[in-house]
Amino acid sequence: MPTNEMNQTEVIDRYFLEHRAKVLDIAAFLDRIDRCNGKDVDFRIEALQQCIKELQSDTEGRAERILLLLSDHSIEPIDEAGTKGASGAVPPAP
Amino acid sequence: MAYIDPHIHMVSRTTDDYQRMAQAGCVAITEPAFWAGFDRSSSQGFFDYFRQLTDTEPKRASNYGINHHCWLCINPKEAEDVGFAREVIGIIPDFIECDNVLGIGEIGLNKNSKNELIILEEQLALAESLNQLVLVHTPHLEDKLKGTMLIMDAIENTSLSPDRVLIDHVEEHTVRAVLDRGYWAGMTLYPDSKCTPQRAADIIEMHGTDRLWINSAGDWGPSDPLAVPKCRLELASRGHSPSLIDTISFHNPQSFLSQSGKFSVN
Repeated sequence: MPTNEMNQTEVIDRYFLEHRAKVLDIAAFLDRIDRCNGKDVDFRIEALQQCIKELQSDTEGRAERILLLLSDHSIEPIDEAGTKGASGAVPPAP
Repeated sequence: MAYIDPHIHMVSRTTDDYQRMAQAGCVAITEPAFWAGFDRSSSQGFFDYFRQLTDTEPKRASNYGINHHCWLCINPKEAEDVGFAREVIGIIPDFIECDNVLGIGEIGLNKNSKNELIILEEQLALAESLNQLVLVHTPHLEDKLKGTMLIMDAIENTSLSPDRVLIDHVEEHTVRAVLDRGYWAGMTLYPDSKCTPQRAADIIEMHGTDRLWINSAGDWGPSDPLAVPKCRLELASRGHSPSLIDTISFHNPQSFLSQSGKFSVN
């Protein structure tokens, strides 16, 4: 497989600040939701919390596992499309 | 420095984008037929759209030294109405012999519905009967994994050879299955959904360059018509060779698309 020429420190030097900012964005997003004082449980936020747990893994393949967490694992076509859009996480069954 | 963007919707972009793409090294593009952001009110809307793809856009692109090619189909977002979709499919043979038409695409699934699957199967049959290449759209976000598997199963019920089919919008959870089943795979570089240039570079490092390409899928939504050169820069900055970068962004699309007998670069 093609390998990049950066060592661990070079990868961290190059990408750390970008991903530090992304973690802060997630934290601020969750705070923003809390300030709404809403009581409803939203399936997308539940899914996001599962993804955050996956980030704690020390095993390579986190991106694939997070995509799998966010995927519909059923195998049969649905009866009707209903909508054109996707939610980003699997909605609860109606 | 030359590159090909094998999936971009230039009907939604300005001539400024053509200019910037040419300045960045773009020499050829392919434009799949897609959803306009609203449902067309009649199949005649598609007749006009196919005229735009086969006549107007090639002229616009040529002003910037870019060779324009296209793919024709009814996209999966407008496939839920089977009767309407069949009317559009009936128009495709009138355009398939145009010089810049490379095949049928981007067909596939959107919400993985039964009607979408019926129309996918009928368009795969059309590609079979007309001996055309196929460009496949895989669904968005949570629907991608399931849709990718349903699409590959549908293709494998036909006589279409996997090496004449490109399955687009792969990500970390679908790329291996697509490549292992013998298809070409496209990585779409989007700011919010699909792959970023960094993740695409990661996937190349994990899965190699065989039968893999990158594209911008630039359209009317959040997207970047310069995403391909940005990914090339990402790969270069990681120390990857010019040969690898050219493989992923020029030679691989050229190899797949040349099977049509109509693809050309200046």
